Amino acid sequence: MEENGQTIKKFMYMNRKAPYGTIYALESLEVVLIAAAFDQDVSLVFADDGVYQLMKGQNTDEVGMKNFSPTYSALGDYDIKNIYIEKESLDERGLTLEDLQDLKYEDEDDDWAEKDSIHLVSREELAKVIDEQDVVFSF
Amino acid sequence: MKFGILVNEGPYTHQASDSAYHFTKAAIEKGHEVFRVFFYHDGVNNGTSLAVPPQDDRHIPNQWSELAKEHNVDLVLCVAAAQRRGMLDEDEAKRNGKSANNVAEGFRISGLGQLIEAGIQADRLIVFGD
Repeated sequence: MEENGQTIKKFMYMNRKAPYGTIYALESLEVVLIAAAFDQDVSLVFADDGVYQLMKGQNTDEVGMKNFSPTYSALGDYDIKNIYIEKESLDERGLTLEDLQDLKYEDEDDDWAEKDSIHLVSREELAKVIDEQDVVFSF
Repeated sequence: MKFGILVNEGPYTHQASDSAYHFTKAAIEKGHEVFRVFFYHDGVNNGTSLAVPPQDDRHIPNQWSELAKEHNVDLVLCVAAAQRRGMLDEDEAKRNGKSANNVAEGFRISGLGQLIEAGIQADRLIVFGD
């Protein structure tokens, strides 16, 4: 897609790993925040152990790592409106959306109404969304 | 076709860098263009000038350096990931008051914007990781 002569692509960031134990989740978030400056059409996926990244009430005091989970609530301010959670990944881990942060964005085309960023999708639906992307980063 | 390559793992422990190297080399030999190879996470360690692998093993950082020299491939180490892991070029070493630098020939350090640009410019962006 072109807008004002600038290419707009659909970028998807796939988060499949637990928030701590490895650095993938933190460094993925760093890419997402930088990417926001490029005015691309950005979406995020949380699947497999990646769903743990959005768990409420994270506390890292005892492990000496930074708790970066509050940053996810700022994604709406970075114009990221589509966050896909894979339902099977939640089910397999005994989780529901209630266990995860409630992420919102303000819709500038609708008098800044607060709307849900999170879409709960099945594995099959997620495959279709991935298929629509131009660039898929998997972390 | 124009490719962008992302390498997310360091040398030797994981095969990702080897696979990315073989893919990049094969793509160029087939007449495709590789817009950029971007190294992120532990992938930045592929750019070290201090690796001394056994002589009967492949030298992964040197392979990349040679590929860059032969085909003018742009090899970029993410600055944030590199600083965490002690990968510094001359400028970064000076700026951070460090006594040495260790970025191999053909690699350069730059920001994450270079990865996003590769995603925008390339026809396909391929991720090599775990």
